[in-house]
Amino acid sequence: MAIVAQTTKFSKIAWPVLAWMVGLLFFFPIFWMVLTSFKTDADAVKPEYLFWFKPTLDNYLNMTENYDYWRFARNSVITSVFATVFTLFVGIPAAYAMAFNPSRATKDVLMWMLSTKMLPAAAVLYPMTFLTKSLGLFDTHFLIIMVLSLINLPIVVWMLFTYFKEIPKDIIEAGKMDGVDTLGEIKEILVPLAWGGIASTALLCFIFCWNEAYWTVRLTTTEAATLSKLIEGNRAPEGLFFGRLSAVSTAAVGPIVVLGWFCQKQLVQGLTFGAVK
Amino acid sequence: MGRISLENVTKTFGTVEVIPPLNLTIEDGEFAVFVGPSGCGKSTLLRLIAGLEETTSGRILIDDQDMTEVPPSKRGLAMVFQSYALYPHMTVRKNIAFPMRMAGIDEAEQEKRINAAAAALNLTDYLERKPGQLSGGQRQRVAIGRAIVRDPSAFLFDEPLSNLDAALRVGMRIEISEMHNRMATTMIYVTHDQVEAMTMADKIVVLQAGVIEQVGSPLDLYHRPRNKFVAGFIGSPTMNFITGEEATKRGADTIGIRPEHTEVSTTEGMWKGTVGVAEHLGSDTFIHVHDTGLAETFTVRISGDIAVRHGDTVYLTPQPDQIHKFGADGLRIE
Repeated sequence: MAIVAQTTKFSKIAWPVLAWMVGLLFFFPIFWMVLTSFKTDADAVKPEYLFWFKPTLDNYLNMTENYDYWRFARNSVITSVFATVFTLFVGIPAAYAMAFNPSRATKDVLMWMLSTKMLPAAAVLYPMTFLTKSLGLFDTHFLIIMVLSLINLPIVVWMLFTYFKEIPKDIIEAGKMDGVDTLGEIKEILVPLAWGGIASTALLCFIFCWNEAYWTVRLTTTEAATLSKLIEGNRAPEGLFFGRLSAVSTAAVGPIVVLGWFCQKQLVQGLTFGAVK
Repeated sequence: MGRISLENVTKTFGTVEVIPPLNLTIEDGEFAVFVGPSGCGKSTLLRLIAGLEETTSGRILIDDQDMTEVPPSKRGLAMVFQSYALYPHMTVRKNIAFPMRMAGIDEAEQEKRINAAAAALNLTDYLERKPGQLSGGQRQRVAIGRAIVRDPSAFLFDEPLSNLDAALRVGMRIEISEMHNRMATTMIYVTHDQVEAMTMADKIVVLQAGVIEQVGSPLDLYHRPRNKFVAGFIGSPTMNFITGEEATKRGADTIGIRPEHTEVSTTEGMWKGTVGVAEHLGSDTFIHVHDTGLAETFTVRISGDIAVRHGDTVYLTPQPDQIHKFGADGLRIE
């Protein structure tokens, strides 16, 4: 009994301590970035101003006044929202078909979709650049929306497929008997039933779109450039301006952190959906 | 109207033929029960009629109209599923209203039918609840309500009582039978429970491996089973089968004797045996007799109670006019 009591007491202290340590470890870079964003570029690299420094908003003011932050932010919102909507628009019917009308090829199709994620992006960088330029799509919202959609489509279909598989087939068939067509099944039955899963998929897709940097940096210049491009643009031949860079980065990740914070319950619920019966 | 005919209907999954060519007619207003062991194709047959499975070949006629290629919702049929298949995100009211909403029936008429169905099924107090807040029996009533309001030409039931406990099952069985008497609409009911089949059906269709073994009234099947399979499947406890000398001297390959058609005595009788287990139910006693030299276990059912226990010697005598004879091909010999 004494050993059990001791073990329980140890667990009660050790696990929270460990959890806090891991949590702080993960949080530290964010904290550091936010802290640095309030330093001048000169202070940012001086060890004596590590924690004690005179905070300034210059980097943020500079960012909005000189770098046109809002245009980049608007592009990020437009491309991420439309790419998420489009991905769901294609992904929901695709996952529905595979979950409720599977054929012998369904598993192969799912694997094939996932396998496209295994292709290194760099391998198609030049063909993509030449192709989009020759089609006149380079640096357009349309291109970025399409690229973000296609990048995320496999993972979205996989996630939705997993959620839809949890819905009893009988309910969909009851819908068929009750007179709904395929579109009605999706609208009236599937979407309301899988709402939690769809919402967390949408959220995750939005986060992926927002954070995407490889293509958004390389396939845009000004018109469709997103916040990733703005961050990347703070690199100069003289080196990195840590203060400015941190401010831009904070302003870029801020909205997504806030969104994630408010939706964390939904997100965790969605990601663990189906894990426990 | 609700006359359903299957003409040379077949169903194949890949290379496996689940339903070989099958012909069957269910008359308007009839209560037909498809019964058979698991995997016999009874649910597949029901789903073919519903349109939830495509027929590989053959025709399905409803009121003499070819419905083989018609989608489920346009066949005028309503189905009640084993799992109830209610829409969990909708209230009872919305669940029942759903097929009417899809059919474009005006709201006043919807309300009228919902209230009538709810009153008939004792659901009036639960209309604003969601399925998750209901018991199994209430959920099944909602599923039936959703079927009733469509005013279908036939109801299809796919093992609707399997998920209910024994007491509730008996109650729902009677409710469905009463509903059939009241509505006089064609009903097709799939079950693996032969008691449900015997108590509810006008017509029983016994299936094995997708093949109809016999079609007939419950008592017809009980008294005159066409073959050994039907004889063994219908009746509880199951029929005792005896081969060898006892069968040969009666001009058969196998003889079948129902447990309730055997008399038991502790002093004299045709066959001697030892009591293995005696199950005293009060109203009946089931005695499982060993060492008869006829079969490994010979089951007897007698009305009321009898003072026998494990290890007692008993004598069994079959009622001579209740011995069923079967040939080497398993078919009944008259």
